[in-house]
Parts: sequence; structure tokens; C-alpha cells
Amino acid sequence: MENVKLTIDNKQVEVPKGTTIYKAAKQVGIDIPVLCYMNLEDIGIENKPGGCRVCSVEVEGRKNLAPACATEVFDGMDVKTHTMRVINARRTVVEFILSDHPKDCLTCKKSGNCELQDLAVRLGIREIPGQEYAEMSTYKTDYSPSIVRELDKCIMCRRCESMCNDFQTVGALNAFNRGFDAAVAPAFEMDLQYSPCTYCGQCVAVCPTGALTEVDHSRDLIDAISDPNTTVVAQTAPAVRAALGEEFGQEPGTLVTGKMVSALRRLGFDYVFDTDFAADLTIMEEGTELLDRLKRHLDGDQDVKLPMLTSCCPAWVRFIEHHFPDMKDIPSSARSPQQMFGSIAKTYFADKIETKRENMVVVSIMPCLAKKYESQREEFSVEGNPDVDFSVSTRELAHLIREANFNLMDMPEEDFDRPMGESTGAGVIFGTTGGVIEAATRTAYEMHTGGNLDGNIDFEQLRGFEGIRKATVDFNGTPINIGIAHGLGNARKLLEAIRSGESEFHAIEIMACPGGCIGGGGQPLHHNDTTILKARQKAIYEEDKNKPIRKSHENPEIQTLYKEFLGEAMGEKAHELLHTNYFDISRKIEIS
Amino acid sequence: MSRIKVKIKEQDLTKIREICQAHNNEPGELINVLQQTQEHFGYLPAEIQEAVAQELGLPVAKVYGVVTFYSFFTMIPQGRYPISICTGTACYVRGADNVLQEFKRQLGIAVGETSEDGKFSLNCLRCVGACGLAPVVLVGDKTYGRVAPDGVKDILAEYQDKE
Repeated sequence: MENVKLTIDNKQVEVPKGTTIYKAAKQVGIDIPVLCYMNLEDIGIENKPGGCRVCSVEVEGRKNLAPACATEVFDGMDVKTHTMRVINARRTVVEFILSDHPKDCLTCKKSGNCELQDLAVRLGIREIPGQEYAEMSTYKTDYSPSIVRELDKCIMCRRCESMCNDFQTVGALNAFNRGFDAAVAPAFEMDLQYSPCTYCGQCVAVCPTGALTEVDHSRDLIDAISDPNTTVVAQTAPAVRAALGEEFGQEPGTLVTGKMVSALRRLGFDYVFDTDFAADLTIMEEGTELLDRLKRHLDGDQDVKLPMLTSCCPAWVRFIEHHFPDMKDIPSSARSPQQMFGSIAKTYFADKIETKRENMVVVSIMPCLAKKYESQREEFSVEGNPDVDFSVSTRELAHLIREANFNLMDMPEEDFDRPMGESTGAGVIFGTTGGVIEAATRTAYEMHTGGNLDGNIDFEQLRGFEGIRKATVDFNGTPINIGIAHGLGNARKLLEAIRSGESEFHAIEIMACPGGCIGGGGQPLHHNDTTILKARQKAIYEEDKNKPIRKSHENPEIQTLYKEFLGEAMGEKAHELLHTNYFDISRKIEIS
Repeated sequence: MSRIKVKIKEQDLTKIREICQAHNNEPGELINVLQQTQEHFGYLPAEIQEAVAQELGLPVAKVYGVVTFYSFFTMIPQGRYPISICTGTACYVRGADNVLQEFKRQLGIAVGETSEDGKFSLNCLRCVGACGLAPVVLVGDKTYGRVAPDGVKDILAEYQDKE
């Protein structure tokens, strides 16, 4: 490719044609401040509306300042990033943004983790000239089951819009109006819960300010723990242990499983269990269902739905219910691990400790915001009592640990309680893209062939970070075609291929977030650095490798659960407690 | 959980389909489609936007974004005699704001609203290219130049007996 030579702050740079000033500067170690700009390199999403003008720089021979994020370099270009004109302009821009921004930093949920606040600190802004005359835009706050939108804090960077439309193809959010009336919202400014939003939380994951945040359940959780008559049970999702350490200054990819368990115990949970246990249970049900569908398909049954799609991801489930309702019969009917856990905790385990479900509170610690919504779905409750009472995010757990004055890294390593804390490596890898289908393959292969995988348990062909991956696994002479997608835009491509009859897959795994649950909307904020997600993925596979048992069907507590309580996988009891069905919730235009 | 239902009249949906098909149901034609749709219906209520979104395969949030971005589009039914007051630079410095205030006072409506009897609606626009006549007021297709606040009453009187 053709290269161009330019000078930035008197430093010579040579970059490919088409590179922006921002990226060229980065190459020579000049970090131009940005606000609306976002580049998620590993998932191919770049948001550069050039709207905020924080990245303004001076280009020799050009009258106006240029936005570095959106201006391409040219041969012989001479860029200055810190002239007085640039510094003053940058400052004025930030002052203007702040003049129309609430000043409740002390109590804002994003305080300490806000890119606008960081910028104000970096530029040393101490007052906002003309604040007393400045117009302030005001909007109502919108509470959905998962996400809170405080549009007063929206700075119109439109990152959320990029994620919602370009990456997820959900189309719930769009900029509307102009000037002070402008903000990002669903159509007709309807509440998020009536929009096609899937609650994936990727808008929250990239919002630079406090405009988009999670619904916080940590106070409910403290109330439950404080009640002596309530047994409070925790379940922790696999992706949490691979990211929680980041909130306590650890390198991305640091596993903190044992320390997290002891922190939860010291916070006052009566039982600290593992969602990985329920992931193993999911594999028993989903794997059996896959084999059942495959067998019927191979026997020539024309009615059997193939490919079978995974159903662990609630944002993905809501996506199909909204956008592909005609295909709602193809996901596995298996409930997600979170919901299987709740269902078993409030029956099997409640019986074991002789407690009524009303006196038990099940709390899930999740990397996900859609899990908050999922736990509130009507079908996952018994007479108004939900199987999972609250779902809190990795970030909320970090806040609770700090509030309790614990330093996570000083915590002793402890193990989960039994029985619902026993899990395998297969359960762990549920946290990354490719993991659910690899776990299912380990079990389905052995169930189908009757053989033993022994050391050949790492299905490398299913791993990776590309948005759509394909692999064929040989089930003793029967080739099984597997598809994997992360990001709902990628999922959409696979679904459209299925709809048009072009798909040759037998099974497809779909996760809504980049990298799977490790990149979930409830995780520590990556601040546009997607290498963090890859480090978390590595940690997940490391945890799998270190597990003594790595196949779900070999989990002894799962075997006991079936023997003592459930009976057969996909049997009557399993069907009642562990399976579900899906609904058509799409918008419908009707003739009046 | 249930579906969100949007009601629309059959002939309205047929018309929208006709307009969209004339543009090959091309999402990139959204603005042209909206322009023609508004020309037909007089305004762009929510159900019309929903139908356009469905026909062009676009999120309705996107359609709403475009409708609210361009001042040409409106979600409120316009009066039979839509009044537009130019508040471009030339008209503004020659007192368009006073004229606007007088229209608001006489009609008892704000900018962007329609009178209760559906006769008049009030809007501002930026420059109609007749700066020599500033300040300029349009009622439907008819242009009034050099309008002063005390001339507002006479303009409205012209439409007194019209339906």
C-alpha cells in the first residue's frame, strides 16, 4: 500500500495512505485527547463522527482546526497538536460540553470511571465561564429492567448508536432532534423496554459518561443479606472471575476465582455457588437435545429443526424474539445456566437445607446486563417468586467489595460450597465465544460415539476471536458442522443464511457481546481497549486447563443431581425445571 | 410478553408501499420517501413512520431520527393554511421576530402547533430567497413581503371566510 510522510509536532512519521492524524500520532507516541472517538479494533467498529472536536489539531496551510480522529493524512502534512490555539480550542470545547452537563459527579454512578471527568481533570478545568447564562438540556430518565438512561448526561458522541446499529444491528437507539434538544433514544422517545432493545448492554459498555448505566441491585442485595431469616445464595458466572481483578488494579486476564469466593463469603452470603455448575447442567440438557435432534435428522425426520442454536445468552434470545420471531423454534429449549441454577437452588437445594423458596434469595453475579432482565421474565418464577431474585454485574460486585473495605487481592483463596459449586472446565469456558459449543461437543461426542476423548479435549478449531467461525467435528464418521457467532450483527448473518436454506450447520453458538460474556455489558469497562477482552479469554481457557474434570457429564455433583432428583436428561422433571419456550415480541403493523 | 401492535389504515399502508416501491424499497432513499409521504399525508405521524421503516427495512428509530432532524418534516398535522415566517438573517434584522410574536398572539398557538379548528399552523423557516421583501411570510403558496406586526391581522382576515 502507498505510504505518506508527514510531520507531527516536528516528528517524522510514515504511515499508509488513508490513515487518520489520530492514528499516525499514536504511532509516534503522541496521545491526542479524544472524547466521541472510539475504535474497537478487534471487532471492526470505529466511531468517528468528528462531533466533539476535542481532538482538534492545527494543520499547516489549513484555515480551520482539523479533527484528528476523522482527518486523513497527506504527503508533506505538518501537524501541531499543542499550539496555544489548539490548547485553547480544546479547552473551550470541553468547557462548552461541561456547561450543558449535570455537575453531580460526586454521586454519579460513573464517577471515577468517566471519560468526560477524566478529560476535565486532564485539562485542569476549574470553572466553566458563562455557566450562569448557559442553556441546559433536560430529559426524563428512563428505567428499563437492565439499563438506566439519564440523557441529561448524553454528550452526543453516538458510540452507543454505533454499537446498537452497526455491531448489533438491533436498531433500538438513534440520534434525534437537533441542538440542545438532541439526544440518542429509541423511536418516538419511547422507553427502552418497548423498543427492540435486547439489553445486551454494549451501549453501556462504551458510554463515556453516566448517560447509560446498569440498574443497580446492590442495595437490594444488602437488604437480603441483612435479613437473618433469609438464606442468601450466590452464583458466579465464569466470565466474572476473569475480569473482577481489573477493578482492583490487576492486569487483564488475572484469574481471581478463589479470592472472589472468599470475598463473597465475607460479604455475608450463606452459600457461595458457581454458575459453572449450572453450565454443566445446561450441557447435559442441551447436549442431549442436540443429539436427539441429530438422531432424528439422520433417521430422515423432516420436521426436526436444525441447526440447533444455543440459548444461554438472554440478549440473543430477545434478539430472535424481536427480529426473527419466525425462527423462535430453532434455539435449544434449555434455559440459560443462570436460570437453571435458580430453578435447582429453589427446589433441590432448598429441600436439602429444609428451607422454603420464599425464604431463599438467589443472587447471580454476572458479566451481563441482560441477565437482570432475564431473571425478571415471568416464566422464570413460581407464584410470583423468581428463581433468581437479583442479578448484579461484575462492576457492582467490585463496588460492594470496596464498600466493605476489602482488598480483593489480600483475600485468601477459597473454594465454592457444595453441591452447586462443583464444576468442570467445560462449565468455565461458557464465558467466552466458542466455549458453549466446545463444552457441548466434549459431551455430545462421548455420548454419541460411546468413546472417550482422553487427551483430545481441546477443540482448537472452535476457538478464536473472529466474528463468525466455522468448523467441522468428526463424530466417528458423522461430520458435524458447527457455526459460531459473537455480536448480534454476526448472528443476523447466520440467521439469514438459515432462513434462505443456505446453512449447512447442525449446531450454532451465539453470544451477543464481543468475545462472548467476557466482553459483557456488566464487565469492568474496557475503555476501547479490546486487547483486554482477549486477555480475559486466555484466562478462561487457562482455568479450564487447570480443572481436574473438564467434561460436564463427568461432574459428580451433576451425576448425583440426576440420580437423586431429576431422573433423565430431558425427562419430565428436567423439562419442567430446566427448559423453556420463546415468544414472538416483534412489532406488528396491523390494519385498523 | 406480547407483541407491540401498530395500527394503520389499509389505504394508508397501500399508499406508503406504493411510494417505497417507486424508490425500489431502497433504505438510502429514506429522505425522498419521507418527502413524498409527507406530501401525501400532510405530516408524518408515528404509525406512518413505522410503516415506512418496515417497507425500507430500517429501524424505526432511524426514521424518527431523520424526521426530527430536518425541520421540513413534521409529526403534527398542518393547518389548511400553513403559515411560515422567515427568520433568516435579513428577515430577522428587519423585525421578523415581532411579526412572529404577533402571529402567536393572534392565533394563540406556539411555533410548530396547529390551531384548534385546524385552519392555521405556525412555523419558522430560514430564508426563502426573497430578502428584498424582508420580513417575509408565507401562507400556503402565497408570499407576503415587508410584513409589519400591525399587518398580521389583515393577513389572517383574508382567510376568515375560507374553509
